Amino acid sequence: MAAARRALARVLDPELPVVSIVDLGMVRDVRIDADGAVMVALTPTYSGCPAQSAIEQDAARALRQAGFASVRITQVLSPPWTTDWMTHAAREALRAHGIAPPTTRPSGLFDEPQVDCPRCDSSHTHRVSEFGSSACKALYACDACLEPFEHFKCL
Amino acid sequence: MTTHDHVEYLLRLGDNTLVGGQRLSEWVGHGPVLEEDIALSNVALDLIGQARWWLTRAGTVEGQGRTEDDLAFLRDGTAFRNVLLVEQPNGPTRGGPSGRGGDFGVTIARQWLFDTWHVQLLQHLVTSSDDEIAAIAAKAHKEATYHHRHSAQWVIRLGDGTDHSHHRMQQAIDALWRFTGELFTPDDVDERIAAAGIGPDPSALKAAFDASVDAVLAEATLQRPADGWMQTGGKQGEHTEHLGYLLAEMQHLQRTYVGASW
Repeated sequence: MAAARRALARVLDPELPVVSIVDLGMVRDVRIDADGAVMVALTPTYSGCPAQSAIEQDAARALRQAGFASVRITQVLSPPWTTDWMTHAAREALRAHGIAPPTTRPSGLFDEPQVDCPRCDSSHTHRVSEFGSSACKALYACDACLEPFEHFKCL
Repeated sequence: MTTHDHVEYLLRLGDNTLVGGQRLSEWVGHGPVLEEDIALSNVALDLIGQARWWLTRAGTVEGQGRTEDDLAFLRDGTAFRNVLLVEQPNGPTRGGPSGRGGDFGVTIARQWLFDTWHVQLLQHLVTSSDDEIAAIAAKAHKEATYHHRHSAQWVIRLGDGTDHSHHRMQQAIDALWRFTGELFTPDDVDERIAAAGIGPDPSALKAAFDASVDAVLAEATLQRPADGWMQTGGKQGEHTEHLGYLLAEMQHLQRTYVGASW
């Protein structure tokens, strides 16, 4: 089991190749079934995430390479994935990669979360668009250093 | 409630998101600005992702071996159960009949009305007696919430924008309002589904929908149209002519090259 977890910790999100699926909180269960197969339960981040099947294939490949002959990947929907499950390491990796990590959930339609610039740490930023290069990100710009950046939305 | 009711209800949920997602995807590569091109595509992807869950569940409950793909690509228009609102076109295109994209204001108006209702519906479905529906709804509700943020903010920006954008936004909402009645009108299937605790009575969503619409319209300096004559029929398979064209494009590959995969 520890070997399986170690193998999964090396599987990166293809659209965010600085964080692993374990650090993202996508791996919900790892166990060895009665027939000796390793069973991994993954939860999707977003319904429309086009990387989901690639991630499942990558996870299966990593487990086979780690010596598991029989691999079962299942999808679980409940409870739904939340950015609260991202590890501290994942948040720091995102920031180092120039992506502002998730902050607080907007409490209403007109509420804007506070997002700090990942480059200069300024809190003087504004949202350019609710959506970025993938469903999980929004586009922001920093009013201090003037750099555009992406923000991993809080879900 | 029969298995037939259960499947019908799941097809309604699946077809709303599939047809709505397909309609939005017509903007891909044609958005008015790059950010909106990406935003509309992302919303479309989420909706189609949700449709996959709903249609897979419909096929499982039906128990006749139909997959999400069979249901999406091999049913005729009269077998689709989406509400009429989501199949309405994106508005006139500038590039002639073969043009894509459309009128951004019309698209946003449709999306906003749908998102406002969708958030309310999913919020109720989270407590469905069908555990799978509850799980999909919990996931989809989070996504619908930020779809609604996006569309509502545009309604406000365009409504409270220039005289011209205000006028066009009001026109778009007025024109689509007659498709909102269906969202809250129960039929026999809805009544049995509600009695079984699987989904809400549609009419129970109306008060929250109106309150949310009014809050956004007030910010947008727009008027809520009066509830006049309402066009219904989508949930029973009686669609507007627009659905046929949408399906022709969406299904043509699977219909022409049966079983094609890559």
